Amino acid sequence: MDASFFTAAVVAGTPLLYAILGEVITEKAGNLNLGVEGMMLIGAVVGFKVALITQNPWLSLGGAMIAGGIAALIYALLTVSLRANQVVTGLTLTIFGTGFSSFMGKNLMGEVVPDNIKLAFADFPLPLLSHIPVLGQVFFNQGILVYGGYIATILAGLYLYNTQIGLNLRAVGENTAAADAAGIKVSLYKYIHIIIGGVLCGLAGAYLSLVYIPSWQENVTAGRGWIAVALVIFCKWNPYRVLVGAFLFGGLDIIGFRLQKYSFYISQYLIDMLPYLVTIIILIVVSARKSISGLPPANLGDSYFREER
Amino acid sequence: MVNISKSFGDVKANDKISFSVKYGEIFALLGENGAGKSTLVNMLSGVYSPDIGEIYVHGQKLRLSSPADSIAAGIGMIHQHFKLIEVMTALENIAIGQEHSFILNKKNIRKKIDDICSKYGFKIDPEKLVRDMSVGEKQTVEILKVLYRGADILILDEPTAVLTPQESERLFDILIRMKEQGCSIILITHKLQEVMEISDRVCVLRHGRVIDTVNTKETTPMELTSMMVGKKVTLSIERPPVKSQEVVLEVRNLSLIDREGIKKLDDVSFKVYSGEILGIAGIAGSGQKELCESIQGIERRKRGEIIFKGENIARLTPRAIFEKGLRISFIPEDRLGMGLVPTMSIVDNVILKDYYMQNGIFLDRTVGEKRAEHIIKMLNVQTPDIYHPVNKLSGGNIQKILLGREIDSNPDFLVTAYPTRGLDIGSAHLIYDELNRQKEKGIGILYVGEDLNILLSLCDRIMVMFEGKIIGTVNAEDATKEEIGLMMLGEKATEVLQ
Repeated sequence: MDASFFTAAVVAGTPLLYAILGEVITEKAGNLNLGVEGMMLIGAVVGFKVALITQNPWLSLGGAMIAGGIAALIYALLTVSLRANQVVTGLTLTIFGTGFSSFMGKNLMGEVVPDNIKLAFADFPLPLLSHIPVLGQVFFNQGILVYGGYIATILAGLYLYNTQIGLNLRAVGENTAAADAAGIKVSLYKYIHIIIGGVLCGLAGAYLSLVYIPSWQENVTAGRGWIAVALVIFCKWNPYRVLVGAFLFGGLDIIGFRLQKYSFYISQYLIDMLPYLVTIIILIVVSARKSISGLPPANLGDSYFREER
Repeated sequence: MVNISKSFGDVKANDKISFSVKYGEIFALLGENGAGKSTLVNMLSGVYSPDIGEIYVHGQKLRLSSPADSIAAGIGMIHQHFKLIEVMTALENIAIGQEHSFILNKKNIRKKIDDICSKYGFKIDPEKLVRDMSVGEKQTVEILKVLYRGADILILDEPTAVLTPQESERLFDILIRMKEQGCSIILITHKLQEVMEISDRVCVLRHGRVIDTVNTKETTPMELTSMMVGKKVTLSIERPPVKSQEVVLEVRNLSLIDREGIKKLDDVSFKVYSGEILGIAGIAGSGQKELCESIQGIERRKRGEIIFKGENIARLTPRAIFEKGLRISFIPEDRLGMGLVPTMSIVDNVILKDYYMQNGIFLDRTVGEKRAEHIIKMLNVQTPDIYHPVNKLSGGNIQKILLGREIDSNPDFLVTAYPTRGLDIGSAHLIYDELNRQKEKGIGILYVGEDLNILLSLCDRIMVMFEGKIIGTVNAEDATKEEIGLMMLGEKATEVLQ
């Protein structure tokens, strides 16, 4: 194992990072959105399509984020305003997103991301920081979207724990009735943060199709959306821990390719299974060890109706 | 409030209610459960909107369509069930809902909290998690939350329901101090004593209407009661003497550690005699629930012995106890969650415990129908028919069905937890009478209660629990409320009876 393994792990972990962050913010508002996989796929295909049409990197990212946001808006309409069951609505969104991306991506098969877009997201060593031994190579010799991931994480952490609005948001997820009684506009908070979550998931999808692969292939997410949902638990709903979770699983994602260099033989299928297997193990361990810290927002998954008696 | 009306479906919760509150007074709203007190103040706090009627605050007509509007008008509500976030600190809970600054400036917030605390004489640690607080502390946080927003009209919904007598006294001191500072306080309660003790004026509600508003000094508890209930009632509870000295149930060294490793019961030992009501007092969560469930066989993680009719039943499941022919009846505190199946009919609920002993694969409901009819007649249950789902009945009738089913199985021992919680005075007294009837039949009864006045007049002995331990047992006849209140806070009584 050398530094290049960790560099690659950070790259592989970045789409997870955006998706987990999006789901953490959504769940802080008390809404469990299982549509992460779907929103990622929608973001991936829209981003890719816009890239081919406009040849503009920022428009493609913007398109992917808006598409993710719209998908989340549909979810928010159903679960917040119409108080539909959150689990079912989220699953439906995933099924819809999968179909949408297959349909839209039919003619994109074999297409490659334009060179100028590849260039825009190419590695960009940060001055000074990239010269730190090992760490510089791993963390600060990356594409601009990886840096964006760091910044998004820190901003989310500051937002949740150091601002008044962040406190109100956590109140909405922990005890919706209490938040309402305190004069917080519960539905508005839910809408905004569900949409922010969708925007981040769209961005995660675009990162996969535009930077990580970077050509079109069917089902680019390959279950990463589900891993992200599970990793929210691993990260204990804390944005700062998302960095650890995302890059750890980024490493598991690519370990197969790396092992092929060595002479010993393990079935490829077993290695491909690794991220999913570890996810299951983590979920079992976490739920068996019920600690008092790191519990989900208390009102996660509940619909709220003020006049309910 | 002028001519306020509000309906839920066909039910008129409030019908043309009008009252006014002056500056610097404590105004009590008195009424039984279901009289419409909570609905009324929920409209003041913006949770419900009135169908008809107008609300004036400081002489201005206002439309309170959300809690935010109500807070802006200077109205602060302290809910009966605290609206606090358990995993956050007192400071964070107080700061919730503010939006005029972007950054959460804890220093400024703390300074403001300290100012309020010194003005009214509160003591609180702003960094303490709400989860680790006692009920009294939680209530302090609720009050601080309201004052922090500059409210000058405070509404307290049944504030003493969960407090010990000492904590209640402290609360009243604070309320009086707030009144002196010019705050107006609306106190919602069904406890007459409190009304007499601290209110200036009192408004009595019944069935969603105002019966009368009177000056507290010019009225008597008897007069208020008859206004509340609508007829003269006797408020006394009988206490037939205990006849035998035969032990029905004995608990020896019972300990219980829950999943989180917290000791819920700590070396509990006691005896219950036949024909006796043994009361259990204590702050909520002192181990009462765990004790009841251990005796019943639901709680399995316990150590120690429970001797019932000469047999140790500590290791048995509820069904195993039942099949041995040992009848322990249980009226749990969560009557719709644990006692009955809310959406099933009265008949189905009645046969829930023994339907499986029938032969054949099809259910025979004729037995259940007979028993349901018997219970309805015996306890005077108000229901359209015996196939009515239980959750569509009123609280008192639900409790009667549960009590009826449990005593109908001819138990030798009866465990009841808060059996009259949420019931009106009439239904509550019916339940007390029925418990006394069972007692006279020689059944041993364990009665977990919260209202010390009731415990003192109904029970023969009262056992006080604190943090899973038994602090002491007193004779109900010569114990006082203050004595029990102190024991509930963990102070050993000087004379402990065994």
